[in-house]
Amino acid sequence: MSFTLQLVTPEGVTLSEEVEQVTLPGIDGEMGIYANHEPLITQIVPGELSYTKNGGKKFYLAIGEGFVKITAKDVSILVDMALREEEIEEKKVEEAIARAQAAIKQKLLGEEELAATQAMLLKSMAQLKVKRRRHGTGAPPITPS
Amino acid sequence: MATTREIRRRIRSIKNTAQITKAMQMVAASKMRKAQQRAIEGRPYQNLFQEIVQSLIPQAGQLRHPLLQARPIQKEAVFVIGTDKGLCGPLNTNLLREIQKRHNPNHRYVSMGKKVRNYLALLKGNQGENLLLADFELKDNLSFREAKRIGNFLIEKYLNKEIDAISIAYSHFVNPLVQHPIYRRIAPISQVELTKKDNTQETAPENFVPFNFEPSPEELLDNILPFYIHLEIYQSILDNLASEHSARMVAMKSATENAKSLLQDLSLEYNKARQESITKEILEISTAHYAIG
Repeated sequence: MSFTLQLVTPEGVTLSEEVEQVTLPGIDGEMGIYANHEPLITQIVPGELSYTKNGGKKFYLAIGEGFVKITAKDVSILVDMALREEEIEEKKVEEAIARAQAAIKQKLLGEEELAATQAMLLKSMAQLKVKRRRHGTGAPPITPS
Repeated sequence: MATTREIRRRIRSIKNTAQITKAMQMVAASKMRKAQQRAIEGRPYQNLFQEIVQSLIPQAGQLRHPLLQARPIQKEAVFVIGTDKGLCGPLNTNLLREIQKRHNPNHRYVSMGKKVRNYLALLKGNQGENLLLADFELKDNLSFREAKRIGNFLIEKYLNKEIDAISIAYSHFVNPLVQHPIYRRIAPISQVELTKKDNTQETAPENFVPFNFEPSPEELLDNILPFYIHLEIYQSILDNLASEHSARMVAMKSATENAKSLLQDLSLEYNKARQESITKEILEISTAHYAIG
């Protein structure tokens, strides 16, 4: 059984495909979805999305925060960012993480800015996780403090 | 009568200018198409967003989010989107005239684009305080994330009750020849606006699915509402970009045409001057010939 996975960002439709299974970074942890899921609207956090196409091939994407609408036949995801594995530039992401961590350490930021920076950090790490998977080095064991 | 050399120099300089304006016209045309394209690409997001909000609202019960609650408006923040560069006809002037019409010393401004910033920075309140709160950088390839930063800045001020309403002012793209200044309120969000159906996407009532919500519909709604503001800001910026580039394209087109007609006049004058000098020379030679006899 397959269903339609649609991934839309304000910059366009990133993905619209028939898939077998999809794993989302839900607000209460990872959730795996197969066809005929009960209708659900929920929130997702920056992280890694993976989906399996018919035939078992698995794909990974880094996504930002957003919302998802699930029905029996389709899953529509509304996020502010989505990057395929090949679109992620590892070096740039590493730099972004370093900058964000330096900023957090210095504690020069106001509370609001801190929250914004931490959100950025989460997104960057989601990207890195997707990228590193292929190289087999795994995600860096860092969490925003 | 100008000498031929002077006229030649002017012709050359006008030709160069025409070349530049022509090039600018082409660049503006391609940038306009890009901005329009990006606005269209944002539509699926908008549709899905509305779908989700529409399934949320009936379930959410009492709508208690401050972004939905109108309160007496004392201070209003206006986000004004202009351009960084000139040479785009009366675009910024028209927009600023609209701002001036609605201006009130209680307003606060947030700008994008150097041209409007320079104007808004001069505005003073009743106590002589500055009315410009912040200025955001304008970029051709603006990402949604940057629009979100502006949205969050404004929402934070709204939730802290520093301002009671958020409006947005920009030039709306009607067609490549017509742009209208727009001034509209985006917060507090009116429920009508939020549940407004896109006519092209009418969903039949039998398609209605009773969704489960996680977390509660109220909480989801609280979290999704800021995105409404972000989306409005993002789309307005793109709209304004399309307006800017189309206005520039038209301005440059008429500049090129003006240069061409100027060139025509000048080359006529040049030919006349040249003819005159030849006639004079012949006259001199023949006079000399007769004198020697």
